[in-house]
Amino acid sequence: MIHKFEVNGIKLVLDVNSGAVHVIDDLVWDLLDHGPDFDTDNVYKALRGKYPVSDIQEAMDELNVLIQENMLYTEWDGGIPAMAGEPVIKAMCLHAAHDCNLRCSYCFASTGDFKGERELLDFETGKKALEFLVRHSGHRRNLEVDFFGGEPLMNFDTVKQLVAYGRALEKKHNKKFKFTITTNGLLLDDDTIDYINREFVNVVISIDGRPEVHDSMRKTCTGRGSYDIIAPKALRLADSRDQNNYYVRGTFTRFNKDFDKDVLHLADQGFKQISVEPVVAPESEDYALTKADLKDIFAAYGRLAEAYIKRRKEGRGFNFFHFMVDLNQGPCAAKRSTGCGAGNEYIAVTPRGDIYPCHQFVGDEEYRMGSVVDGSFDREKQLRFRGTNVFTKEKCASCWAKFYCSGGCAANAFHFNGSIDKPYDLGCEMEKKRLECALAIKALETFEE
Amino acid sequence: MKHIKTLHRGNLKQSLSKGGCGECQASCQSACKTSCTVANQSCQK
Ligand code: SF4
Ligand code: SF4
Repeated sequence: MIHKFEVNGIKLVLDVNSGAVHVIDDLVWDLLDHGPDFDTDNVYKALRGKYPVSDIQEAMDELNVLIQENMLYTEWDGGIPAMAGEPVIKAMCLHAAHDCNLRCSYCFASTGDFKGERELLDFETGKKALEFLVRHSGHRRNLEVDFFGGEPLMNFDTVKQLVAYGRALEKKHNKKFKFTITTNGLLLDDDTIDYINREFVNVVISIDGRPEVHDSMRKTCTGRGSYDIIAPKALRLADSRDQNNYYVRGTFTRFNKDFDKDVLHLADQGFKQISVEPVVAPESEDYALTKADLKDIFAAYGRLAEAYIKRRKEGRGFNFFHFMVDLNQGPCAAKRSTGCGAGNEYIAVTPRGDIYPCHQFVGDEEYRMGSVVDGSFDREKQLRFRGTNVFTKEKCASCWAKFYCSGGCAANAFHFNGSIDKPYDLGCEMEKKRLECALAIKALETFEE
Repeated sequence: MKHIKTLHRGNLKQSLSKGGCGECQASCQSACKTSCTVANQSCQK
C-alpha cells in the first residue's frame, strides 16, 4: 500500500508497510497512478506527450529499484504485532478533582463534574489508586501518573501528599513514578511552580491562543475571560522549566478555523512547546467541527506548516506536537498498531476510585472497569481493549496512516459511532492531514540542510 | 536518483523483532489527551 500526497508544493510518497518515505518529482507522481503493475503500454501512452521517453524510462528504473529493495509497495507479512507478555497497567490518569474553577463552553467533562457530582479525590482513595497501579504493573518499572481534573490544582494539597506517598512506594517496590499534571493554570503561583518543577516530568497548561479566542470559550465562574490571568503564569512556568517538558495545549473550534494564527500567537508569546487540537463535540453544538469545515482546517494546517518551517530556518522555531515525527527512532510496530493503550495499559481513576479505560470514558457506565477502593478490575474489558488494533479495525486496516495514527481515539470512536472499533471520521481526516504536513516538513528540513 | 529522493528507508518490519517491550510512554498522556499519534514518541529500547 502506498500513499502519495502534496503539501505546499512538495510531493511525497509513503510506503505504508515499510515506513519508507520518498520525495518525488511530477513525473514519478504521474507514474504512480499506474502502479503497482505499471503496464508499459499504458504508461507510455499516458505520459509520452508530457515527458521525454528517456525520462520515463529512467524514472521507471528508479521505481523498480525501490520496489526491489522493499521501499515501495511492500507487503505486510509481519502478522499482528503484539506487546509481549501479560497485560500490565503502566499509566494512570488520576482525577484529583471533579470540579473546576473555569467554565469552559466546550468542556468534555461538563465543566469539571463529568456529569456527576462535584467532588475532590481524598488521600485514602488516591493512595489506593497508586497501590493499584503498582500491583498491576508487572515488571514495568516506569509508571506514569497524570493528575487531571476538572482542575487538579483545586486539590493540590492532596496531590502533594500523593506524590510523597508515591515516592515511598517507589523505594519499596523498585518502581519509578513519572508524575505529570494537566491544569488550566488559574491557580499557578510561584510556590506551585517550584513544586511542579521539582516533582513533575511534564505539565500541560490549557491556553487556546489569541486572547479573544481563548476568552470566548475559557471563562471564569463570573463569565469573564481568563486569558490575562493565565497567559503570564503559563509563560512563567514555561520559562522556569527552560521551555522544556511542558505543553501549552489549546483547543480550536468552528469559531477559529484559522487556528494557525493561535498557534503562532502562542509562539510569539515565547512558548516553545505547543499543541492545539480540534474540539471534539457533537454536531448539535454551534462550536462543533463538521465535514464542511475540513477545507478550512486543512488550509490552516498547510499555512501552519509553512510558517513552522520558516520560523525554524530563522532560528525562532517551536515544536507543534502533531508536526513532530521521528522517522528513525520512532516506536516499534507493536506500539504503532496499538496506540494509546486505553483500557489496557492506561486507565483513569475518578475521585470515588472508579476505574475507566481513560479520562474520556469517565461517566460512561457500560465502560466502568472496577474500583481501586475494593480492588476490583474487569479483565474481560481489559482484554477487549487489548485485542483492538489497526489490524482488527476494518477502517484502519486499509488506511495509509495506520502506523502513525495507531488507530485513533477509542473514546471518540465510541461516542460518535457507538463502537471502539469504528474510528471517528472527522478525527481521521484531520489526523491524516497533520501527518502529511509532518512528513513534508521533515522532507524540507532534511533536504535543505 | 534523479526523480526520487529517499527521506527514510523504512524500518517498520525490522522493529518487529525488537518490539513490544512496552516500556514506552502512554501516548495520550503527553500533550493532547484526545489523540494517540505515536510517530513522535521515542522507543525506550
Ligand atoms: S486515521 Fe482513522 S482509519 Fe486511519 S489509522 Fe487512524 S483511526 Fe484508523
Ligand atoms: S481513547 Fe482517546 S482519549 Fe482515551 S487515551 Fe486513547 S486517544 Fe486518549
